[in-house]
Amino acid sequence: MNYIGRSVKRLEDLPLITGRGRFAADISFPNQVYMRVVRSPFAHGKLGPIDLSEALAQEGVVAIWTGKDVVDIPHIGFRLTKLADLEPYRQTILAQDRVRYVGEPIAVVFAESQAQAEDAAEVVFAEIDDLPVVIRAIDPVGEFLPGRTTEASVVRKAYGDIDDAFRRAAHVIELELYVGRHSGIPMETRGAIARFDESRQVLEMHGAAKVPHWNRATISKLLGLPLEGMHLYEGHVGGGFGIRGEVYPEDVLTCLAALRLKRPVKWIEDRKEHLLAANHSRDQHHRIRAAIDENGFILGIDDDFFTDQGGYVRTHAATVTDLACAMLPGPYVIPAYRAAGHIRLTNKTPAGTYRAPGRYETTFVRERLLDAVGHKVGIDPIEVRRRNLIPLDKIPFARGLDTLGTEVTYDSGDYFGLMDQALQRVGYEDMKKAAAERRAKGELVGIGVGYFVEKSGLGPMDEVDISVDEDGHVRVITGVASIGQGVETSMAQICAERLGASIDKITVIHGQTDLIGHGMGAFASRVTVMTGSAIYIGAGQLRERALQAAASLLQVPEAELEIDEGVISRKGQVPGPSVTLGDVVRALRPGSTLLNGNDPGLKTVAQFTADHMTYPYGFHIGQVRIDPETCGIEIEKYLVAYDIGKSINPMLVEGQLVGGACQGIGGALYEQFVYDEQGQPLATSFMDYVMPTITEMPWVDTLVREDAPSPLNPLGVKGAGEGGTNAVGATLAGAIDEALQMPGAITSLPVGPATIYNLLKKKRAA
Amino acid sequence: MKAPQFAYRAPRSIKEAVTALAESEGMGKILAGGQSLVPTMNFRLARPDMLIDINRISELDFARPENGKLRIGALTRHAAFERPFFEGPLARLLADVVQHIAHVPIRTRGTFTGSLAHADPASEWCLVACTLDAEMVAHSLEGERIIPAAEYFVTTLTTALTENELLVEARLPLLDDSWKHGFCEFNRRAGDFALSMSLVALKIENGRIAEARIGIGGVEDKPVRAPDAEAYLIGKTGEAADRVEAARLASEGIQPMDDMHAPADYRRDLTRAMVRRALERALAR
Ligand SMILES: Cc1cc2nc3c(=O)[nH]c(=O)nc-3n(C[C@H](O)[C@H](O)[C@H](O)COP(=O)(O)OP(=O)(O)OC[C@H]3O[C@@H](n4cnc5c(N)ncnc54)[C@H](O)[C@@H]3O)c2cc1C
Repeated sequence: MNYIGRSVKRLEDLPLITGRGRFAADISFPNQVYMRVVRSPFAHGKLGPIDLSEALAQEGVVAIWTGKDVVDIPHIGFRLTKLADLEPYRQTILAQDRVRYVGEPIAVVFAESQAQAEDAAEVVFAEIDDLPVVIRAIDPVGEFLPGRTTEASVVRKAYGDIDDAFRRAAHVIELELYVGRHSGIPMETRGAIARFDESRQVLEMHGAAKVPHWNRATISKLLGLPLEGMHLYEGHVGGGFGIRGEVYPEDVLTCLAALRLKRPVKWIEDRKEHLLAANHSRDQHHRIRAAIDENGFILGIDDDFFTDQGGYVRTHAATVTDLACAMLPGPYVIPAYRAAGHIRLTNKTPAGTYRAPGRYETTFVRERLLDAVGHKVGIDPIEVRRRNLIPLDKIPFARGLDTLGTEVTYDSGDYFGLMDQALQRVGYEDMKKAAAERRAKGELVGIGVGYFVEKSGLGPMDEVDISVDEDGHVRVITGVASIGQGVETSMAQICAERLGASIDKITVIHGQTDLIGHGMGAFASRVTVMTGSAIYIGAGQLRERALQAAASLLQVPEAELEIDEGVISRKGQVPGPSVTLGDVVRALRPGSTLLNGNDPGLKTVAQFTADHMTYPYGFHIGQVRIDPETCGIEIEKYLVAYDIGKSINPMLVEGQLVGGACQGIGGALYEQFVYDEQGQPLATSFMDYVMPTITEMPWVDTLVREDAPSPLNPLGVKGAGEGGTNAVGATLAGAIDEALQMPGAITSLPVGPATIYNLLKKKRAA
Repeated sequence: MKAPQFAYRAPRSIKEAVTALAESEGMGKILAGGQSLVPTMNFRLARPDMLIDINRISELDFARPENGKLRIGALTRHAAFERPFFEGPLARLLADVVQHIAHVPIRTRGTFTGSLAHADPASEWCLVACTLDAEMVAHSLEGERIIPAAEYFVTTLTTALTENELLVEARLPLLDDSWKHGFCEFNRRAGDFALSMSLVALKIENGRIAEARIGIGGVEDKPVRAPDAEAYLIGKTGEAADRVEAARLASEGIQPMDDMHAPADYRRDLTRAMVRRALERALAR
């Protein structure tokens, strides 16, 4: 049966929609203690003595630690894009002699109940002597440590002759643009439950997500355990978005406490902590210059930008800045390019990746630039893009840049084709005319667009372990994680179709480090590309072995057999003689004469390796209406057009694109971690950190194309995770500009009613 | 997100409740719907020593028109107003306004008088009480006290209630059929506290405005009226120019707050739009 390409309903949903999910907070062990973190109330200061006397005297307190109790635990290291420059900026699990952001862990309380832990945490008093704060990445650099400034590193990438481009320019365009600080806010906050199993001599951590294998290696090393002495277990995960599932100080503290206290330890983050302590993201300031010719063709781009890293450099190291440098040029030719990304420490929550990291920001910057170029030479936003898009005959296109240790080569793509189809889908010419007519009647209506190239399928390798049991059940053990994106379903689809099994008989396992030795996890839209391909290969091997064995059992030449829903029979002969996958496994028991030197049963370990990422691409178009009195922004139309190469499950792809767009809208119009001049965070609850809800979401239309399958994997598939988010800021900025009839007005995200108010005031004054 | 420790009482009568309040010597708090109190306790911004849960006091569970007033007992939830349960313009007004308060689960627990006691500057019920000149009925060991709206609202989260008083009831004037209302609010998301809102009630006689009530909320530290605009409208038909002028007068009479969601000058202009739209809605009825 064909499963690939069908909107199979999610196999994982039954426990979730019947209230039987098992999230981190649902996991408990007898005799567990509860952990509560005491966090710095100041943004920057010298940490003096910490008075624990009152807290230790509270009922139910088991232990309290401060920095000096954990001096032996090294800094948390880097997972991706490691740069030696950044190492002095890593975070310790408890502050040692300075605090660098509000929310930094300075002590940790263990107690018999959650309430007792919180009561005691409240009376831990630390002396902190204020130090000057740095609040913006573009502010003058400050001191991180004596002799070390807050500019940790500068990532530089370039190709072509940029000076020559500016010499030949008919016009030079300069923009200063900013994307505000926001982040992924999963419905489930972080959590960790650790216990030491004396019988196996294994430290278990439950509540894992995203990258369990890497976290296992990292935490065991920090704690001085052998790798085999620790395992991580992922249950249900209520959203990841890049921020959940990295190694944070709290994970290490929970594990360390389980070892030291010899009791299970449970830590569940509350929402306020989450908004203060889990990775923030974005917060990038760009100063971009472009050299263009008289027709609006971009000769070269020179971008100097500043990433606000917050108080420390966490596991993502230079990832966001590196991706920003490499992905900024997007789908355009741009013969010469130079980018310098400054990684600047500030006194805010440390930052990491969030869905479309470095791309949400740079798509905003690049597409603002394209709009400005079009305006400069007097052409339509679509025309200016057409003049700069990479033509079909230049694909595959070597960008001349690298990122995440791979060369950026756009593997396949028809950039003109997708834009044309998107414009046709929305009826662009009519839409434009209608908007102009409404504007003529005094309405503030505008259309914006955003084009981008995404990346997905980061290698180098994924492994799967597939086995069929004597009842014909198939178990697929993967090294990836399920953060809610539908991994079980899409992986089962690939396996079912390729092997010829019924999807009901397939179990997909993820996030269990004791079941498979390798695993890269779920990030960077990599799972379907990498693990999906490994399953495709492995299930193909099992299919062949099953057919071989069945040929002997049925005495029919292999070439005449087919396998469907777990039943092998002669092609076109149903009903007729047949065997099931379970029969085959039974026939291949150890010692069977059918083995022919092969291992018994139907099982395999298959790998897929990739040196290059694959590059999906997408085009957004949106229409907004602004109420000139309330300054409210209403999104009237929104389309995400996206070429995914091959869609395994169109419903899940659409879900990814629409959900992603919702988060993009959040960053464009609502969400921001606002800080005051002392570094105090002002958005520490959902009252002030304003996320869009279903009532603010417009209907998001999707156009999913399979015009440019990837040549880099057997399925032709590319990732779906980030294309819905990527261009929303860019698209809405263009639409708002047009609605206000103020080209280039939007230079900063998010755009709230106060921004609109000030722009309209400026316009009236002019 | 766990509240600090507190003692808990669940009195069965008003008498028991006010006795408990007096005994707590200012450290007790009434627990009604808990929709404002419980989150503030979990954030440890409020730390009462004692919670006096009034949810089991059946004599507080009523809402009915009587002698020209709507009497709203302290256990009347927001959701009670979602469908008119009596005749007339006031029922329609309350049904219109209630849709803008929070979300369904909060409306099924939160109480009308709890909102009045909490006194958030952007509370819709506080705006209703201010605009319609409600009377608040408070009980303590000393007996009953009736507080008119004009004296009741003091400032953000502060009212004329003393720490020993239980708000047992709020009374709103039943409006006769010559009254029309209009309500308009703006917030960034549905269910959020408004950045500005206006409630208008107009008494129309022979096609002219005989009495006007214009309230504004979410703009100052408490709900306020717009006396200049109210006076201006008397005798007018309420045509477009009247509405624009009344809205201008109203927006000039306020001293708007300034915060991260809305600077003061924006709030002033927004209020002008809210008042004008509320007037339009009233006159379109
Ligand atoms: C997400 C969210 C959104 C919200 N949005 C809105 C909104 O848009 N508009 C709005 O108006 N409100 C909103 N609210 C607040 C909600 O309406 C509350 O229910 C209301 O403010 C308080 O009523 P309560 O019965 O829950 O009071 P409680 O929370 O129980 O009490 C609030 C305070 O009033 C005191 N109190 C309560 N009853 C009495 C009494 N009878 N006598 C003396 N003191 C008393 C309590 O001691 C406490 O100090 C929102 C709340 C949430 C959580």
